[in-house]
Amino acid sequence: MPVTYHLTHLRALESEAIHVMREVAAEFERAVLLFSGGKDSIILLRLAEKAFRPAPLPFPVMHVDTGHNFPEAIEFRDRRIAELDERLVVASVEESIRSGRVVEQTGPRASRNALQTVTLLDAIAEHGFDAAFGGARRDEERARAKERILSFRDEFGQWEPQRQRPELWSLYNGRIRKGEHARVFPISNWTELDVWQYIAEEELEVPSIYFAHDRQVFARDGMLYAVSPFIELMEGEQPFMSRVRYRTVGDMSCTGAVESSACTLAEVVAEIAATDITERGQTRADDRVTEAAMEDRKRQGYF
Amino acid sequence: MDVPGQSSGVVTSGNGKAHASDAQAAPLVGESAQEAFRRLTERPADLLRFATAGSVDDGKSTLIGRLLYDSKQVLVDQLAHVEETSRRMGHDFIDLSLLTDGLRAEREQGITIDVAYRYFATAQRRFIIADTPGHEQYTRNMVTGASTADLAIVLIDARKGVVAQSKRHAFISSLLGIPHVVVCVNKMDLVDFDEAVFDAIVEDFDSFAARLEMPDVTFIPISALLGDNVVDRSESMGWYQGPPLLYHLEHVHIASDRNLIDVRFPVQWVIRPPATSVADYRAYAGQVAGGVMRPGDDVVVLPGGHHTTIAGIDSFDGPVQEAFPPMSVAVRLTDDIDVARGSMIVRTHNQPSVSTGFECLLCWMSEQPLSPRRRYLVKHTTRTVMVGGVDVRYRIDVETLRRDEDVSTLELNDLARVHLQLSAPLVFDSYRRNRVTGSLIIIDEATNETVAAGVVLDTEVEGEEEPKSERSPNVMWQGSQMTRARRWEALGHGGLTLWFTGLPGAGKSTIASAVEERLIAAGRTAFLLDGDNLRHGLNGDLGFDEEARNENVRRTAHVARLLAESGTIALVSLVSPYAADRRAAAALHAADDLQFVEIFVDAPLELCERRDPKGLYARARSGELAGLTGVGAPYEVPSEPDLVLGSCEETVEEEVERVMDLLAARGLTSGS
Repeated sequence: MPVTYHLTHLRALESEAIHVMREVAAEFERAVLLFSGGKDSIILLRLAEKAFRPAPLPFPVMHVDTGHNFPEAIEFRDRRIAELDERLVVASVEESIRSGRVVEQTGPRASRNALQTVTLLDAIAEHGFDAAFGGARRDEERARAKERILSFRDEFGQWEPQRQRPELWSLYNGRIRKGEHARVFPISNWTELDVWQYIAEEELEVPSIYFAHDRQVFARDGMLYAVSPFIELMEGEQPFMSRVRYRTVGDMSCTGAVESSACTLAEVVAEIAATDITERGQTRADDRVTEAAMEDRKRQGYF
Repeated sequence: MDVPGQSSGVVTSGNGKAHASDAQAAPLVGESAQEAFRRLTERPADLLRFATAGSVDDGKSTLIGRLLYDSKQVLVDQLAHVEETSRRMGHDFIDLSLLTDGLRAEREQGITIDVAYRYFATAQRRFIIADTPGHEQYTRNMVTGASTADLAIVLIDARKGVVAQSKRHAFISSLLGIPHVVVCVNKMDLVDFDEAVFDAIVEDFDSFAARLEMPDVTFIPISALLGDNVVDRSESMGWYQGPPLLYHLEHVHIASDRNLIDVRFPVQWVIRPPATSVADYRAYAGQVAGGVMRPGDDVVVLPGGHHTTIAGIDSFDGPVQEAFPPMSVAVRLTDDIDVARGSMIVRTHNQPSVSTGFECLLCWMSEQPLSPRRRYLVKHTTRTVMVGGVDVRYRIDVETLRRDEDVSTLELNDLARVHLQLSAPLVFDSYRRNRVTGSLIIIDEATNETVAAGVVLDTEVEGEEEPKSERSPNVMWQGSQMTRARRWEALGHGGLTLWFTGLPGAGKSTIASAVEERLIAAGRTAFLLDGDNLRHGLNGDLGFDEEARNENVRRTAHVARLLAESGTIALVSLVSPYAADRRAAAALHAADDLQFVEIFVDAPLELCERRDPKGLYARARSGELAGLTGVGAPYEVPSEPDLVLGSCEETVEEEVERVMDLLAARGLTSGS
């Protein structure tokens, strides 16, 4: 084989992400890795292993639990963290509601998605975290496409797009004041297809809901939602059985399923490559509210 | 509502990506999931990062929209969204530029504020686009977006020709060392696809670019709005013989843009698991910034200067035989030496500069001008140091390339050459040689803002030499065109050092000068460095305590090394009583791949004392001379000398013969 010192695009992206993680671990005092059990954060965990093994991870793992998660995702989360022998912090939206920090939305379209932001910011303050790794990708949404890999947040956790620090080469400016923190997105440059190809290459386990399964669903706004105790049916909405899978794993109240027969990683990769609609457009009600829905939520401290 | 232009971009209702072109990652007709998966995963696609730059209304967003759309990357919901917005804005066509404006303020003002990143893939490559705003006030964003680019697209409006902004973009591309530049002359449809217009712009741009460093410039006439020469060849510009833009992006050769010669490994993080989990594991984690690293390589850790060897290179997936840019790995070293974040591991024979001051080009990115009253930090690789002073040499007018020397401060978007003085040394190369080890950012310590970006220039590093230290942080090793091979070939033989050690009076100088005689007589270049003689000049300031003896040996070793480098056979006759000093002398030679032959002249103390050619022993015994080696000071016997001489049975001639035999046996000289 001729020596060309060639790195495939996936390995180049992987190396970039490992570099980011090591920089942040070295320059911040208390980092935390956000893990939801979803595919992007599964990759973050693997990248953290690649960056720091054989030592333990130099930061804990945190899940912002809305209380409305898919049980499959929670079960997977606990198993994976136990396997890795790492520390899990759970920040609970349920808790924030009980303590009166946030008020639960009501009605058939109620979602705890927006409430997460408060719980997240509270947890960051409570634990004194100064950097939080997240699995957001720039290909997901237009506002994300403009966000830095190291995204600076003020003391209220807010993102100010016009005041972003220039980010040059692979030199990350990790200096912050007390009370401020940084959101860090090591897989900013990955696409959904990259994520699935990487999961396939690395033979990573993912929650079963990413594969086709039979589920009671109902149609709303052109999306299929799972029938669950967390979502009220509106008049005329009829549950039916369908063969579906999830493209994203979020809150059950705002994450839609897609009709699919993809039962293996190879079939999922092929399906993603062939799709004609974006991940968020197809499955996330939270991004459909206004044209700048994501930008507005990010400004408030959302990921 | 339609996307204007050539027909290939029409989205069918059933499948948003069902187009005729094969420029796609999507499954091909009749392909099974398994086949599609295999095609996607087994193809060794690489990654091309490119930046786009253009002035307001040059059609940059339209071009990107067109690239995404024609390469089937625009999905149904995104297109529906753009269609709706187009209608609201009163367009009667789908405005592809709306695909790329991400922030509300950008859509409201119809401008691009911040760098946006876009992704698309074809069968050949994966692409990351850094879409950078063209407004003058956002030059810093172009620098941001272009800093990691392999290629830059500079857009020029065919009606306007080369304008100030085009020159600015060209200059920044050259400043940031982007290896490939594509000049897209856009809106050719508005000049009737006229070849003469295109040619005039090419000529104009060329005359400006000739004054810049731009290794590879390609010109393509396009219409982003209509799609001519973007993905598909234009039907209206038969006179253009080159490929369309996408084809060029897919095929431009980028593999050789990396530096695979100079090993540079900035240490980010030390991996050291608790002893309870993995015993004695210690590895230095980082991303290879240059060269190819292999286990067994002799390396030096800068800025400390410790020499060691790579014991192994690890990754989560197992040991790595070769690590090259941009791999992230963890390196284990054979010696337990001081290595931390900020250290750089490099090859012994190929070292970067280590200095507290150097020349660089800065792009000032903050609204707060450079001020001598503020405290700044420099972040470079994995080191952050305090700035001592920024001396502005001149500001560069990017349109005329004129130098303005009458400036002392820098303001937003200024580009200037400065001398940077730092509180602690950095380990660096020129940016031209290495984009990772030659780049830096400046941070305002009070606000934590990134206020400037800089690239290290290819200049000599001035500064004072620090004597008495193996580290000379202000001095850069001057490489010269002359190679060792050429020198040695001209002489007819190579250089090395023969190091004679032993007690005073053991006969070192006698044997060494006889060997020198023999070598000169045989037509070799040889030179005897006698310890006593050196103490008359070079080492005249040194006494005889342990520290002075260390220094005596160190200086002599350096002189010998230089002689050996020049092709001379250096003979050193020096008591050199401490094993550590001799080891250091040997290491100095090994570091430069020069032979070092340790010859122990092992005459019994009584014999030396009986000879006592200089009367030293007599003086020592009478108490007049303190610290004479062998009497009042220790002599550490070499544990593994290359040759032992000095027994009373051999004549000097026989001993010379043994030295000559050793040289011949090592192929260093012929036996004559």
